[in-house]
Amino acid sequence: MAAARGIYAIGVPVLRRFAGVILLSVLVGVAVLVWIHAVAFSFVDSVVLEGAERMGMQRPVAEFFSPSTWGLAPSQIHQLILAGGGGASALAGTLSYLLWPLQFGFVRDLIALGGILGLFNAIPIYLIWWERKVAGRIQSRLGPMRVGGWHGWSQTIADGIKLVLKEDLIPKDADKILFRAAPYFALIPVALAFVALPFGATYIFRELDVALVFILGMLGIEVVGVILAGWASNNKWSVYGAMREACQMVSYEIPMGMALLVSVICAGTLSLRRIGELQAEGWFSWLVFDNPFAFVAFVSYYIASLASCKRAPFDLPEAESELVAGFHTEYSGLRWSFFFFAEYAAMFVVSGLATVLFLGAWNSPFPASWGEGLGDAWWLRGIKGVLFSGPIWFFLKVVFLLYVQLWLRWTLPRIRLDQVLYGCVQVLLPLTMILVLGATLWVWADTSQSAFWIWFTRVWNVGLGVVGLAFAFGFVAIAAYGFYHRRRLVGNLVVDALPGA
Amino acid sequence: MPSWQWSSRRRVSPCRRLGLFLFAPEALTLLAAIVAVSILPSSLASGATGMAAPSDDQGIGVVNAAPPGGLLDSLLFYAVAGGAVVPAIGVCVTKNIVRMAVWLFVALGSVATLYFLLAASFLGAIQLIVYAGGTLVLLIFGVMLTSKSPWVRFQPRAVEVVAAIIVCTGLLVCLCLVYARTTWHSPEGVVPGTPLVQLGRRLLTAYLVPFEVAGVLLFIVMVGAAHLARQER
Repeated sequence: MAAARGIYAIGVPVLRRFAGVILLSVLVGVAVLVWIHAVAFSFVDSVVLEGAERMGMQRPVAEFFSPSTWGLAPSQIHQLILAGGGGASALAGTLSYLLWPLQFGFVRDLIALGGILGLFNAIPIYLIWWERKVAGRIQSRLGPMRVGGWHGWSQTIADGIKLVLKEDLIPKDADKILFRAAPYFALIPVALAFVALPFGATYIFRELDVALVFILGMLGIEVVGVILAGWASNNKWSVYGAMREACQMVSYEIPMGMALLVSVICAGTLSLRRIGELQAEGWFSWLVFDNPFAFVAFVSYYIASLASCKRAPFDLPEAESELVAGFHTEYSGLRWSFFFFAEYAAMFVVSGLATVLFLGAWNSPFPASWGEGLGDAWWLRGIKGVLFSGPIWFFLKVVFLLYVQLWLRWTLPRIRLDQVLYGCVQVLLPLTMILVLGATLWVWADTSQSAFWIWFTRVWNVGLGVVGLAFAFGFVAIAAYGFYHRRRLVGNLVVDALPGA
Repeated sequence: MPSWQWSSRRRVSPCRRLGLFLFAPEALTLLAAIVAVSILPSSLASGATGMAAPSDDQGIGVVNAAPPGGLLDSLLFYAVAGGAVVPAIGVCVTKNIVRMAVWLFVALGSVATLYFLLAASFLGAIQLIVYAGGTLVLLIFGVMLTSKSPWVRFQPRAVEVVAAIIVCTGLLVCLCLVYARTTWHSPEGVVPGTPLVQLGRRLLTAYLVPFEVAGVLLFIVMVGAAHLARQER
């Protein structure tokens, strides 16, 4: 107890005073940690594994940890590092022991799995906090301000502790096993979708040749959890909520998949890594600006993905204020929060898909060819990784798309169920069908390579790219205008608490 | 003892008292992710840079990363195959229709996992989308919309049971005959999976007619369903 009091007494003032700094440095630290791991992996690949071949040793099977393949001994690694010009010998001795486990794919998998699961847990926590802040700004109030010090950054963690401590209620007449199992049916598929999602050209956990179909399948399974939750609650409102949601998610999956098909047709592959690599040549090479069909497909994909994540204006399934919360009426505490974990993680996954398939994946708006003159030293490669391609760009784009999702939620009114289904079956579905047909014809016409066609596609490409640039700069300009005139906002609290006020 | 503490201490399981259940979602997710990771064919090691990128013609699927026929391979196979058989028995035994559907979901998922294990990743992913994500949802939907009582029990008549036994025995005999008559070759070494490009090309050239026929069949089913739905009005 005394120790806990001591930690509290010392920790809280520090946390309160430097909360923002701590939060930011944790973010940077995580990025550096991931980067160090990537560097260590590539170092092991280049020095240890290739060196082993050079020394005439059998290359160890780097995939599984089995007794027959214990890999290179640390002493051999030590020799290899020294032979590779590896700096001071004392450091190399320590390094050899540190790097020894990294030659096994299994160990790498475990490390990366830790990263993926950490991301999977951190995304909903901070997305929920951010959503509340954005909601506050839009409605001229502050949002969470207290917990954690700096703009209430640990509000969601506190909420999580509250949810854990809440009583875990299961209705008497519920189907108890299914009631307990249903949240996992919603949670686990989304976690598995992260396995195939590429964060960078080499930051892919498992690279599948059918990664896109795999992720779509995983997002589709989420519905099962929702339906089971509604059914197992043995409550009419829950069943109605589940049916509303299943209707919506199942029907919007079709336009969503077809809109993605447009960019797959343009790219000619289902592998997300290859689609990303196609868009390395800067802003105008992004698939969304490739042809008019892809441009429209991006917009319709974004709308359909909002619906499939149950986000506003399609958030009928869980309209807490009017419709008795839908399928999770009977859920409380931790089980209730799993559904929201799944929803926010799915938001990240669909935004990631939009980024990879339309918005240039992990590539920056600057062409990668600009960086070719830079040279190949390791720190220059690092700079290129930041400037031209890398997970940072992927996360920036995804965060922007997530921000648009939040922003739409607090701007648009909710629409009725019949309007939701009308929008899918009579508007989006025919539209995406036309888009798929058009994209097919476009790609077919591409094979002709006539001078007129090349000129024609070039004009479209540049035109759409300029439209996109106008959107991007317009967004920045409006944001800057709003920030400059922040004193015009309603409410003293907001004005005084805005950053920079 | 303060009133807010659990009064009936005996009934609280030690797992719960320690708060271990808090880690249940993490543990389950981790387990699922580990299974997925060990099954999904991979060409790139996780997060590693500088590994050789696969070319288009080779196809990415490789039966398994470990040498074929290894202990881990067999273990995985039997685990997943068992995961397909046990839920299948569950489908037959359960009387509650929704639970039956859940068993079916697990069985279909295991079959998809088998496909992934055999490097047919496209088939596996499609199985997940079409059966696990689509057909099954429709099944549960149908049950929900048509059932009158909250807990629908499935009670077959004696005639139905007899008919089912006859059909299933016939199927079993046929399968056993096929199994006995086929000469099985085990592949030498690692078998590369079929590249997706080839799959698509074959589907639109050599197997175009079956592909189109299947499409027409689905279209007829859709028209029929729309017709039925209209008549009810």
